Amino acid sequence: MRLMNNVSLALTKARAVARRSSSTGYCLLSTVYLLQGMPSQSALHPAGPQAGRIISLWWMMFWVTGAVFLVVMGFLVAALARRRRPFAGEAADVPDVRPEASRERRMSHVVLAGVGITVVILFVFLVRSYVTGRALDSLHEQDHLTVKVVGHQWWWEVRYENSTAAYVLTTANEIHLPAGRPVLFKLTSTDVIHSFWVPNLHGKTDLVPGHENVTWLKADREGTYRGQCAEFCGHQHAHMAFTVVVEPYEKFKAWYDAQLKPAAEPATQSQAQGRQVFLSSPCVMCHTVRGTDAGSRVGPDLTHVASRGTLAAGTLENTRGHLAGWVVDSQKVKPGNRMPPNNLEPADLQALLDYLQSLK
Amino acid sequence: MPRRKKKEEKANAAEPQTGLRADADAVREAVARASAARTDVALAEDLADEHEHRALDKTWGDEPGFWGWLASTNHKTTGRRFIYTAFGFFILGGILAVLMRVQLARPESGLIGPDLYNQIFTMHGTTMMFLFAVPMMEAAAVYVLPLMLGARSIAFPRLNAYGYWVYLFGGIMLWVAFFLNVGPDAGWFAYVPLSGPEYGAGKRVDFWAQMITFTEVSALVVATEIITTFFKLRAPGMSLNRVPIYAWSVLVMAFMIFFAMPTVALASACLIMDRLIGTHFFNPAEGGDPILWQHLFWFFGHPEVYIIFIPATGFVSTIIATFSRRPIFGYTALVLALVSTGFIGFGLWVHHMFAAGLPRMGESFFTGATIMIAIPSGIQIFCWIATLWGGRPRFKSPMMFVLGFFFVFVLGGMTGVMQGSVPVDLQVHDTYFVVAHFHYVLIGGAVFPLFGAFHYWFPKVTGRLLNEKLGHVTFWLMFVGFNLAFFPMHILGLRGMPRRVYTYQPNLGWADLNWLATAGGVILTLGVLLFVVNALRSVRAGEVAGANPWNAATLEWATTSPPPEYNFLRPPTVDSRDTLWTQPADQPVVTGLRSDVREVLVTRALDAEPDLRVEFPESSIWPLLAALATTAMFVGSIFTPWAVPVGMLPVFVTLTGWFWPKKKRMAEEQPPEEVREKHGERWMELREQES
Amino acid sequence: MSARPNIDVSNLPTFAFGHRPLTWWCTWSIILMEGGMFVVLFAIYFFLRTPVPDWPPGVAYPEPFWGTVNLFIILASCVPNYFQKKAAESLDLRGVRIWIAVLIGFAAVATAIRFVEFGHLNCRWDQNAYGSVVWVSMGTHLLHLFTDLLDSVVLLALMLVGPIEGKRFVDVSENALYWYFVVALWVPLYVVIYWVPRWM
Repeated sequence: MRLMNNVSLALTKARAVARRSSSTGYCLLSTVYLLQGMPSQSALHPAGPQAGRIISLWWMMFWVTGAVFLVVMGFLVAALARRRRPFAGEAADVPDVRPEASRERRMSHVVLAGVGITVVILFVFLVRSYVTGRALDSLHEQDHLTVKVVGHQWWWEVRYENSTAAYVLTTANEIHLPAGRPVLFKLTSTDVIHSFWVPNLHGKTDLVPGHENVTWLKADREGTYRGQCAEFCGHQHAHMAFTVVVEPYEKFKAWYDAQLKPAAEPATQSQAQGRQVFLSSPCVMCHTVRGTDAGSRVGPDLTHVASRGTLAAGTLENTRGHLAGWVVDSQKVKPGNRMPPNNLEPADLQALLDYLQSLK
Repeated sequence: MPRRKKKEEKANAAEPQTGLRADADAVREAVARASAARTDVALAEDLADEHEHRALDKTWGDEPGFWGWLASTNHKTTGRRFIYTAFGFFILGGILAVLMRVQLARPESGLIGPDLYNQIFTMHGTTMMFLFAVPMMEAAAVYVLPLMLGARSIAFPRLNAYGYWVYLFGGIMLWVAFFLNVGPDAGWFAYVPLSGPEYGAGKRVDFWAQMITFTEVSALVVATEIITTFFKLRAPGMSLNRVPIYAWSVLVMAFMIFFAMPTVALASACLIMDRLIGTHFFNPAEGGDPILWQHLFWFFGHPEVYIIFIPATGFVSTIIATFSRRPIFGYTALVLALVSTGFIGFGLWVHHMFAAGLPRMGESFFTGATIMIAIPSGIQIFCWIATLWGGRPRFKSPMMFVLGFFFVFVLGGMTGVMQGSVPVDLQVHDTYFVVAHFHYVLIGGAVFPLFGAFHYWFPKVTGRLLNEKLGHVTFWLMFVGFNLAFFPMHILGLRGMPRRVYTYQPNLGWADLNWLATAGGVILTLGVLLFVVNALRSVRAGEVAGANPWNAATLEWATTSPPPEYNFLRPPTVDSRDTLWTQPADQPVVTGLRSDVREVLVTRALDAEPDLRVEFPESSIWPLLAALATTAMFVGSIFTPWAVPVGMLPVFVTLTGWFWPKKKRMAEEQPPEEVREKHGERWMELREQES
Repeated sequence: MSARPNIDVSNLPTFAFGHRPLTWWCTWSIILMEGGMFVVLFAIYFFLRTPVPDWPPGVAYPEPFWGTVNLFIILASCVPNYFQKKAAESLDLRGVRIWIAVLIGFAAVATAIRFVEFGHLNCRWDQNAYGSVVWVSMGTHLLHLFTDLLDSVVLLALMLVGPIEGKRFVDVSENALYWYFVVALWVPLYVVIYWVPRWM
């Protein structure tokens, strides 16, 4: 609550700054968005303790540096505008090569004081930053979930690790987390460097090939948050997002159990035909649908693709039309991505869509 | 051609300004002592001057015609070329920026596809950093520094010309590649493996890596000249405590180039070897490490920012002192702040890698260093404000840009301090918050002072003043446009917008602020265009400036505008820090330098007492030929490694041609005292043999 | 018109040795930046070394015989280099010619042996990152040997053909300074390339 208060207070100020640089009220208008609940991908709306700590550190720095900025600008304006005693050489534009010694001394005291205050402020920042950094890293708990995320150009492979092989779950582009429980993320990449970032929960951690980085997340507030790759990774860096769904433990558990199951068997003639199309087309070269012969790990796991909210790593809403467009010519949607176009007969396409949409 | 005019104006050359008197006897005594044989021959000065400047004109001038134009090695010619070229790249990089802003003005805008967009933002960053900012700062130093120090030339003028040509050819190579759709597309930082052999197919990144080599060679030779000029070519009497702050700032820049540039050259060489001959420096499968690239790149990349910013602070100090009508406040503090910035600047590189998963303890150290660099910056800001406080500010156009600099740079510094903190950086790293931050510090910290410097030295370079009114309009357009364009990006970054995305989705709520930023970008562009218009108009029709239109204190204003080829008819001497303000009317000048060859007075490193008179080389086509040979070797190496051993031959031949002496001149030489004493007969023998 | 006070510099020497001439500053600039480059090369070597348990990884130790031979040759070249510098600074044209020629001999032998050395590193540059850094370090030093070799050849030619100038003696003296630098580089590089794999 206090934090939200802080947010709106700061906004007033941000707006004031923005207004200074904008003659129209446009800026003012757009900053209002900050308060609204847009699809959440914002460091300003923390949903977990880490993002919360970071943003409160940021606000502290914002206020202090904001005040410093105003004071410095105040001195500047005063220096320019202050009244001056008339000077003999004024008219002839003669420089004042022997500035009055007493004033020089006074000025050097002020400058020294300014430097001293700067040092003190910076030291406070340093300490506060260190303390926050420690707190961010101290989420280790026994009772945690471990999720391995592997970055690919341009999608996210998500694997929930478990000591029992049967409980290991592989999915893609959508991460469900139980609220209030810490999660250990192990991050790596098989191609280029990516960066794992859910601004509402925490800062970013890079996925570096040949390295395994770890980061801890804990989400307190239920909701759906958007994450996005934050390290330039090639053509479709802009369309490499994922969704984090934070839900109560029971709901999470239900989702997890459902996801562990193999793919649903086709219930209709059309779905059965669709599966046939899937298995006999290039789809199987890259994708897995557990419970069928399709087992390739080049592209995202599609076992429960219909249960996800988005397609193509957060690029499209998961609708039949989008799915059709994606399957037929994904290059139009996401130029440069690794999926080839598929030239399917209309009937086959409809059947395939029926099948894919049945994979709840 | 301004050169014609210059010759006419030469008759009333180099009459240094008379200012307030200061007690300079001690200095003049020292200078007198240093002079081996002081003569008090009364000269019929007018006649002698006339004779002298004719002789000097002939000696220092270039051959007529296109060939002579190509062969010119005068530091002012090279400096002007350098400045114009760097400005050209600034315009090109700016056009790319506008293209990006247009693409981002709307969500999911289909104007520019990802392939082109990635090339564009890579080219924008690369052009602005490697082809505009650093070369421009070097260029300004190449032009101004010798004048400011009272020297007739920069040290190693041929090397200087070579450095320029190499830079020009490197920049052209990169842009030709871009127009042929082989522009680099892995970011100006070219992180491996994206830029590596596997994921950066084609020749795109190779052109980028070789462009680094070009600009690195150029930067290193210029840095060498700057350091040598600073220490050895100062006017007699200009001991280290009297050197103008601008000269100090370019000295620090040159030293930073020395330590930063070899690292990136090595890194880009490793990268190109990984790509072309199969080494594995950055390949994790064979024991290499992509993080190694990041360390190497940022060990250069962060100091790079200060390489750009530090000379800009030199502009600020110079302009503030001149237009406050008083000496700069806190000279020693400012110089120490520059030097310490130079040192601390090398201790920050890891703050670009906080998200890369390095040990936390190490990261805290870099937080400390990052935050610490705010202290010297703070000292500088406070000293400048104190100068304004204690002075009588004149709001001429150069000053306006400096005042704009204060607002923009201090704001950028504040967000910089925030990002020094690891936790905050983890959130804002690689978002538009960072884009906003570094444009505030780079445009605010370097481009605003640079435009101030353009307005300030334009009359010195061209002999005519820029239109003052247009200058003010330029400033306000740039200032308003800049803030409109970049302030919203802070908010965008906090609201989750990552950098280097070619588009974004409409439901993320980033559209309005992006539109605003684009509008601001357009206004900023108008400001830059207005400057170009002003410059083109004023160079023909501007008010004639005279030697010292601003009544400034440093030596470049002691000669005509534009300066003659040899800078000073009578090289000046110096008896104080703010020379032209305080020197007495009878401040001595240097005589006895030969006017039939390009002789330059070399002084001692610390106290600037006269030490040697050294003959500088004539203009020569060899530097251009050597640069062409170098270019052939570098460009060839993109296509085959054999280009390196084969291409070395023409480089070797041209360099030998460059250094090969043309004529005998021993008779005119004078060995140093100790050699004369000990080996006098040998010298005479050699002389006889030679003749 | 009254006479302008002036300081007459016409009696100053036109060249000098030590830190007085401009070339000394140029030489030191080059030494500084290239020395920095080698420091970075060492840093790369140890950066790649640190995470790996076995070093060299998957290849045999480099054979130190030819490297050691070259170490002695390069160290021994300091002698002609010393006399070259001394001859130059006392304007001894004959001495300069002789000692540059001797130095060229040393440099040529060292360069030739360097090529043999590559054959005894027991790895290739494209084998793994270790091979890459070793080859590139050696190659960079080879480039320095070779550059200074060429430089000396040009100087010798100048000194034989003329025209002789005072500042040519300065160039020879500076060339000697640069050669000391090339020698000084080889010592740590030799240790890193041949002995660090065995010791660390």
